[in-house]
Amino acid sequence: MKKILPLILFLAGLNQAYSQNPLQVRGNFSIEAQYYQEDSAIAAVVPDEQIALQGFGNIILTKGKFETGVRFETYLPAFVGYPAGAPWEGTGIGYRYAKYNGDKLEITVGNFYEQFGSGLVLRTWEDRGLGVDYALDGIRVVARPIDGVTIKGLYGKQRFNFDNGFQNGDGIVRGADVEFNLNQLLDSVINFKGQWTIGGSFVSKYEQNRDPVYDFPENVGSGSVRLKYQRGGFQIGGEYAYISTNPSSLNSNIVDIPDSLDPSVGIFQYGQGLQMNTNYSKKGFGIGLTASSMSNMALQSQRNSGPFDSWINYLPPTSVLQTTLLAQFYPYATQPNGEVSFRGDLFYNIPKKSLLGGRYGTKLEVSYTHIQEPDFPVVDDFEANRKGIEPTLFSWGDDTYYEDFNAKITRRVSKKFKASLMYMYIQYDNDVVLGAYDYNNNPTKGVVFADLIAFEGSWKIKKGHNLRFELQALFTEQHLQDWFAVVAEYTVSPHWFLSVVNQYNYGNADGDQFNFPVVSSGYINGSNRISVTYGRQRAGVFCVGGVCRVVPASNGLTISLTSSF
Amino acid sequence: MKYNLLLALSFALLISSVSAQDVKKTIPSATVKSLDGKSFNTSDFNNDGKPMIINFWATWCAPCKKELNNIAEVYEDWVDETGVKLIAISIDDARSQSRVLPYINGSSWDYEVYIDENQDFKRSMGVNNVPHTFLVDGSGNIVYQHNNYAPGDEDELFEKIIGLLN
Repeated sequence: MKKILPLILFLAGLNQAYSQNPLQVRGNFSIEAQYYQEDSAIAAVVPDEQIALQGFGNIILTKGKFETGVRFETYLPAFVGYPAGAPWEGTGIGYRYAKYNGDKLEITVGNFYEQFGSGLVLRTWEDRGLGVDYALDGIRVVARPIDGVTIKGLYGKQRFNFDNGFQNGDGIVRGADVEFNLNQLLDSVINFKGQWTIGGSFVSKYEQNRDPVYDFPENVGSGSVRLKYQRGGFQIGGEYAYISTNPSSLNSNIVDIPDSLDPSVGIFQYGQGLQMNTNYSKKGFGIGLTASSMSNMALQSQRNSGPFDSWINYLPPTSVLQTTLLAQFYPYATQPNGEVSFRGDLFYNIPKKSLLGGRYGTKLEVSYTHIQEPDFPVVDDFEANRKGIEPTLFSWGDDTYYEDFNAKITRRVSKKFKASLMYMYIQYDNDVVLGAYDYNNNPTKGVVFADLIAFEGSWKIKKGHNLRFELQALFTEQHLQDWFAVVAEYTVSPHWFLSVVNQYNYGNADGDQFNFPVVSSGYINGSNRISVTYGRQRAGVFCVGGVCRVVPASNGLTISLTSSF
Repeated sequence: MKYNLLLALSFALLISSVSAQDVKKTIPSATVKSLDGKSFNTSDFNNDGKPMIINFWATWCAPCKKELNNIAEVYEDWVDETGVKLIAISIDDARSQSRVLPYINGSSWDYEVYIDENQDFKRSMGVNNVPHTFLVDGSGNIVYQHNNYAPGDEDELFEKIIGLLN
């Protein structure tokens, strides 16, 4: 309480000073508890405490142009496999800030989340479900001096872990960003035939070099430029980023070391990345193309961070995030040391009352993703277990890291029944991506080739009552071989839901053919939700954006309560 | 430190129970982007004195798309009858943002759409998960909110909108 007392006093003061603006309070909280059971068949993990409880509560107070907020977090202990990176333990304050929100000037002190452009050089973000929190702690100023111009500056340290309160890492992060909307800015001078946005960022980090052998750079600078154009349903945009030499475990560090040289004087390489996208759409039709290439693009505020810690920038995977149960077996994670990727998307609404569209119309969604290894001139430095590349963009290597094709049609068959059918092909190099796990919680070897078919039906039984069901089958010779999944979900709007899910590894010729049944039920009232889940969870990877969390197998009961106010 | 969470929650509940009686909540100030890249302050959202729906969604969120697609089927009628406007806030990040405009057009939605790229607006509205729907009355007060989506929830939302007009 000591830490928030000044905040309360501060607000009490503000309350006096600006009594014409009422104080508004809002926020949200989430509490989850899990009871773990032994289940040795699937190598289920049971923590010493047997019960895990984690939760958080955000409270935000606003009064006129002033805003302040605090988040309490508790992990007693955290769930098995949570968070994604360095441990979060105990209970305390995870985030607090105060902010002035003026028309042309915004100042934040304390913790904040920020994004420059698409995030290639800076994006500090959070995902509480994953256990990811890259909040900066310092000061941020955003100025909008005239229409069409946004200038941002920030300086701070970054959250590294949680030990009865958030703990910052050693590094210091500094950044500035400027963005111009040319239409707003040059409104009176030029009449553009579309919307132009251009921007640029500079970000640097400082961290003392304590390494006795390697001469790591203490200051690392990075910069990016971006452009976006839109006219009607046409958009094109891109961002290029450059990072000065930044040796880390995720970047490839050493290139072409002559035999006579000690590895400690190896050549550290810079990093670069380019992302481009164009799309065109009109009513009932949309098409998009994305191309991206990365080389040595890992930028973390702490040199000795794990793969999920202290990220300053954000490298999203090019593949589409799949929410179909069995498709989640093979999630792609961006390879920061180098990759070349392409994606195409198509959306089409076949008109109603046409031959193919049917009475209510039919929706078609197609996407294709290909991600390739770059042409690495690889040099292995076995002693330090590092390898290096020349940081080129769009050079084509031999290995396909990931490929998927998926198509989905959705159609309302009658007033009461809506159905969809999805097909997906996946090629997944698990030696590189390391996302597919066996029953001993270890990644399997080799490339997985899989086909997936999923059918979903949604049937309105009577007013407010709905039954949704899914049948999914995954066919592969690799990993754990064939799977079948059934989902049935009964909802009574607006309050109740009950769902039953089973995943069955029927085709596993080399091992046990396990079932993974889960029953879940809940009650929702406005913004409050309580749910109870019981069952077996398979080992796997839980991903959001560019970060994936490895979740070991478990068996047990989970109770979850969330609320917004 | 042990009881911090408990203290905070009771503190929050106390404040919200006190403030709920006399203070109506309005839309907080945060910066979102329109699809053509212009910055927009959320406290400027308005619908000329008529009700507004603010819906948080993402292209990767299946129930979100179900909700907005189901509302799209009746949206024209809703607008004719009540003058309501739906503002869809996409929380898609750099991974899927380029799919937002093609998806919206491909789905023939007529909503006003903004992108909350680093989830600043989501945070300031206290949203835990998507989908999350808010109903704002003609004077800008948040009068109702609902988390999650089950088919039929849109009927309850429409009743609330009608309730605002009477």
